[in-house]
Amino acid sequence: METIKTDVAIVGAGGAGLRAAIAIAEARPDLKVALISKVYPMRSHTCAAEGGAAGVIKPDDSLELHFNDTVGGGDWLCDQDVVDYFVREAAKELTQLEHWGCPWSREPDGSVGVRPFGGMKIKRTWFAADKSGFHILHTLFQTTLKYPSIERFDEYFTTDLLVVDGRCQGVVAIEMSSGRIFQFQAKSVIVATGGAGRIFPFTTNGAVKTGDGSAMAYRAGIPLKDMEFVQYHPTGLPSTGILLTEGCRGEGGVLRNKDGYRYLQDYGMGPETPLGKPVLKTMELGPRDRLSQAFWHEQQKGNTIPTKFGDCVYLDMTHLGEKHIDERLPLVRDLSISYSGVDPVTEQVPIRPVVHYCMGGIHTNIEAETPMPGLYAVGECACGSLNGANRLGSNSLTELLVFGKKAAQNAMEFAGGGNKTNESAVSEQAEQAQKRITELFDKSGGGETISGLRKEMMDSLEKGAGIYRTEQTLKESCATISQLRKRYAGIELHDKSNVYNTDLFQALELRNMLDLAQTVAEGALARKESRGSHQRLDFVDRDDENFLKHTLAYHQGEETPRIEYLDVIITKSQPGVRDYSGGGK
Amino acid sequence: MSRRPYVRRISTTTWYLKKKRDLVHMIQELTSLFVGIYGILLLWGVKALSEGPEAYGAFLEALTGPLSLAFHWVAFPLVLYHAISWFNVTHKAMPIQRGEEFLPGKYIVGAHYVVWIGFSLVVLFVAGVF
Amino acid sequence: MSDLQLELEILRYDPEQDQEPRFQTYSVPCQEEWVVLDAINYVKDHIDSTLSYRWSCHMAVCGSCGMMIDGEPKLACKAFVRDYVNKTVRIEPLANFPIERDLVSVLDDFMNKLRRVKPYLIRKEEKPLSEGEYRQTPAELNKYKQYTLCINCLCCYAACPQYALIPEFIGPAALTMAHRYNQDSRDQGRAQREEETASHEGVWDCAFADACSLVCPKHVDPASALQQMKITSTVDWYLEHLGMGGKKS
Repeated sequence: METIKTDVAIVGAGGAGLRAAIAIAEARPDLKVALISKVYPMRSHTCAAEGGAAGVIKPDDSLELHFNDTVGGGDWLCDQDVVDYFVREAAKELTQLEHWGCPWSREPDGSVGVRPFGGMKIKRTWFAADKSGFHILHTLFQTTLKYPSIERFDEYFTTDLLVVDGRCQGVVAIEMSSGRIFQFQAKSVIVATGGAGRIFPFTTNGAVKTGDGSAMAYRAGIPLKDMEFVQYHPTGLPSTGILLTEGCRGEGGVLRNKDGYRYLQDYGMGPETPLGKPVLKTMELGPRDRLSQAFWHEQQKGNTIPTKFGDCVYLDMTHLGEKHIDERLPLVRDLSISYSGVDPVTEQVPIRPVVHYCMGGIHTNIEAETPMPGLYAVGECACGSLNGANRLGSNSLTELLVFGKKAAQNAMEFAGGGNKTNESAVSEQAEQAQKRITELFDKSGGGETISGLRKEMMDSLEKGAGIYRTEQTLKESCATISQLRKRYAGIELHDKSNVYNTDLFQALELRNMLDLAQTVAEGALARKESRGSHQRLDFVDRDDENFLKHTLAYHQGEETPRIEYLDVIITKSQPGVRDYSGGGK
Repeated sequence: MSRRPYVRRISTTTWYLKKKRDLVHMIQELTSLFVGIYGILLLWGVKALSEGPEAYGAFLEALTGPLSLAFHWVAFPLVLYHAISWFNVTHKAMPIQRGEEFLPGKYIVGAHYVVWIGFSLVVLFVAGVF
Repeated sequence: MSDLQLELEILRYDPEQDQEPRFQTYSVPCQEEWVVLDAINYVKDHIDSTLSYRWSCHMAVCGSCGMMIDGEPKLACKAFVRDYVNKTVRIEPLANFPIERDLVSVLDDFMNKLRRVKPYLIRKEEKPLSEGEYRQTPAELNKYKQYTLCINCLCCYAACPQYALIPEFIGPAALTMAHRYNQDSRDQGRAQREEETASHEGVWDCAFADACSLVCPKHVDPASALQQMKITSTVDWYLEHLGMGGKKS
């Protein structure tokens, strides 16, 4: 096995990993950074984020308002020290991106423009048309090309963390083009591998989002936090799950049921606002969890429109005008026409809620530290408890930047701390990881297929742990996923080539997804309350007495995870009522 | 260990026959030869002019020969095609931004035609056609 | 359930098994709304799990699934099966790149060239963050915005006859990215970039076939960028050699 020695290994080259890499290269050009990713950086799913990134810059806005929106939006499951740090750093990071060339949309005077977003009381979302994530990703990627100390390992699939003496000292990765296995010996490691939306059948997430880093950390003994909180975005295209940004509603788009009625007013988000004059934190500018839940109720009442791809409601933007749509929402128009055959300029677009974001992830704190020395995590794979029980749109892109930098600062400090790599022990562990990969590769017989197990997992999660959940449906999901994890032993690779063997990578991804799916279902079963995106039909109220707590799921081998709880950090905002009824006033 | 990227070789002499787009491009490229020949012709004429009326007369005489006429029957349409195909893409090379928006390409292409026709009229006028 | 049947003739190449590429045909029951990528995914999931290809976003923004579909470079996620009914569709990896395996091409060449053109903002002096953003009017933004939309799918390289003949050519997407920064009102790095872009392997290897622009799924129009760079670099060359130092630093 080949060995690569580096100072900081970053796994994942999306927005968070790239931001971290730049932070290290700028502050400590003497440190070697290995940026390892299973895809080329520009393929990372940050590119699909559309709406924008939140940061306070306008004179009518304040850090306190951003704090309150985020904490309330997260149904008080956010760690408030984290939120406080985040809102203070947000605008700095977005300005930094501007200095690196990000093509933010502008006001006529040349200053950066902001747009309204769901759950935000003031317009504070920086945007680059409706391709904000794409531009952020490419700006960061291209900026990394300046720094010789960043060495990229594109298309290396990371399988294991190397943990010796309770400290993370590297990773094992497969070079995808050759099948060769490498050990990266590092003084510290940052995991930035993104979310796991692919555990659900209908998702905005790209194929790469299989939660590899989270699962890897989980198996290495680090708890996953709040995994039961999965966000449904209210406006996805029905056939494919392609996202239509919240910016559609920020710019004035409205939701209608089959009768043309703006049904959100019936679910505590009224009164109805005038067409083309969106009011912040009201109606269509309510938070994503509430909007997706309202859809579910409309569906129960029979007010949705049946389509070949499931029940839908309409997103109506016809009153916005062609010029405005082309300037602010060009991608939305392109996607609607291409994939649904509907031009939003003239027609209402059928949409339905779609799995979008995992609030849960690797347990981290305000320093982006995991409980394991030398290991940091950032972005959707992590749960630093910024987003609580429901993430507000446009907070996650900023989160990548703020905590990407934070993780980098701590990782480079740790790397410079004089810890010696225990090379023989690390190598021994890497050999074991290699052995496991080879066994999977060579194994024959079994009769299970990767695509078959994957489909059963997805269907089971959607059925049991969707927008609304009950004890019974969750128990079924838990049982199914537990079975699927056992049945995984019965898969066999048909592809025996060492070169770009996607059969192997899909098998590894499936294992990761099954582990994470189990934490989602088990966490949801154990949380006997409704909060944010986690809604139980059998426990309809929020229960601050018993569940103002984070769920921590610990890996227990073949068994179901051990669930523990951790108090939420509350500094200044006591749990209250989430008010989206004309709350803009 | 096992990588062996496969390089698909292409023929350096016949590659453009496979795809219409490439063929059209090559024709466009080849028409530039005739533009070049016209350039040489023009230089020849200038040289003849500098050598006095007799030389220039011989030059004009040569132009009316059957070989020369045949050449022009072939060359002129090709040069015309070359010019037009270039005019039609000039807006890509020379975009004009007015305020936020770019001037639609048709104006830039159109301006080229206007200038071309204008020049041609002047030349014809000087040549005594009108 | 399935609305139409599609015959896919897919290039297969496993360097450990095959001396050279071969074609394998799959018959796929498709839904009307499907894109070619859905059909390929169907093959992977239900017919032949050994097929290798790249894909991710399924919404034409990550740029992974560029491939030759019926002889044209396209994103498989934006090529609709309804446009290929009743015929056999040939699927190959992007032309002009070496084949790693099946539909996976080797992209190292582009990645190296992209780095060479310095695709990042270059300033003589950085403005401190505390002084806020650089001002840039919507008109200044529009000047280069179109060229920021490149997703690096590399369809343009697969269409470019010049890149096919001259592998050293830096090529459409990378040069366009240089132009994007050259045109940015915040940037001062054109002279540095011209060391590469105005060199022989740069814009002067472009013959303006316009194929890149015709196949670009994001309407970036790389050909326009390259022609503009030819003009700018010519002007810069004359200004420099006439001792007028007209270069934008």
